[in-house]
Amino acid sequence: MKLVIIDYGAGNIKSIQFAFNRLGYEAVLSKNPEEIEAADKVIFPGVGEASSAMKMLKESGLDELIPKLKQPVLGICLGMQLMCLHTEEGNTKGLGIFQTKVKRFSNNVKVPQMGWNVIKDLKSDLFKGIKENEYMYLVHSYYSEHCNETIAATDYEINYASALQHENFYGTQFHPEKSGAKGSKILENFLNL
Amino acid sequence: MLTKRIIPCLDIKNGRTVKGVNFVDLRDAGDPVELAKQYADYGADELVFLDISATLEARATTLEMVLHVAEQVNIPFTVGGGISSVEHVDTLLKNGADKVSINSSAVKRPELVNELAEKFGSQCVVVAIDAKEVDGNWKVHLAGGTIPTEIDLFEWAKEVEERGAGEILFTSMNHDGTKNGFANKALAQLSDMLNIPIIASGGAGNVQHFIDTFTIGKSDAALAASVFHFNEIPIPELKKVLKEHHIEVRL
Repeated sequence: MKLVIIDYGAGNIKSIQFAFNRLGYEAVLSKNPEEIEAADKVIFPGVGEASSAMKMLKESGLDELIPKLKQPVLGICLGMQLMCLHTEEGNTKGLGIFQTKVKRFSNNVKVPQMGWNVIKDLKSDLFKGIKENEYMYLVHSYYSEHCNETIAATDYEINYASALQHENFYGTQFHPEKSGAKGSKILENFLNL
Repeated sequence: MLTKRIIPCLDIKNGRTVKGVNFVDLRDAGDPVELAKQYADYGADELVFLDISATLEARATTLEMVLHVAEQVNIPFTVGGGISSVEHVDTLLKNGADKVSINSSAVKRPELVNELAEKFGSQCVVVAIDAKEVDGNWKVHLAGGTIPTEIDLFEWAKEVEERGAGEILFTSMNHDGTKNGFANKALAQLSDMLNIPIIASGGAGNVQHFIDTFTIGKSDAALAASVFHFNEIPIPELKKVLKEHHIEVRL
């Protein structure tokens, strides 16, 4: 299986690569459009700030490529947020794959949400073998509002979409690569899609 | 609900764990990777590695260690100690660290906090503050608590939050090493004042201290070293008791 992690200069992608290594798979880092298109599975990572991440995507033309991909694509954290219509972070227009918007938590709670919280109302093969209310590791200041594409929900200040799916596109707000054995199981499920 | 976090802290020198670590089932207690894996299995929510190496060569060894930890451990970890430049942080993150913690270097050049937050995002910037209460005033101390300053803990904490810190790791020097409990009054004040997570450090001696810091101290996470390393407080048992006290933890 050819597994590609989109490398557009965003954040800590080493941990994602290592997480797949632990499952026995080699993941290649690439920003080459042909290589990404030819992959069996694509990971769209993202840590950092939305508007600068989108700028980097545009500079490499990846903003055009990603929405056209036909194989399973998994956006993680900011990666998922950038796949939405819009995010309040830096007032950034997203790739429009998921029909929902990304907003900032209010100051009624500590921001960022940092740590382990549960995912529930699970609705996808991505969560095969994962029980309701399993703990996942999250670090984020912005959240995706619910929409028809919600496949997992989490409570922090409000109930929001902690995972999304539209056709071959998947997104998780949490970091499966940092969420212990259960997170690892989700990555394995993604590889088996 | 978001859980309270339990964070073991490992001191690293020349790429090896220092301070006594007394885990019977470890082959090599000086191997940070093995220890980190063990802690992840025991239910630690995160790990902090504090590099206390004195030389640049030794720090290069730490970089290798970070890479090995990232390869093998599937929970988040923070690296701190002697970090003073954007380049250094870039290298650590590229080697797989999830967060970095800065301390004295932030006091010497507060703009560093802004620079790191802008380049890498607030989520990976932990500002560690060592402070000591003298005559009712909490003063920030530098260089592992050896150099006193006139800076007020609360003013400094507010400033680093405004500059973009994602989290504060507060060590009370009055409590550190005493095993008499965390500095809950100051911790609660920080937690009320700031809108970012606060990690309590210094003073853990028994399970009640953890209950107290999560309730009275309003801490978001608690960090400790020796009570975990010597297995005086096994993490699974600690979490079980916290849960019984209706404190949200990951079991």
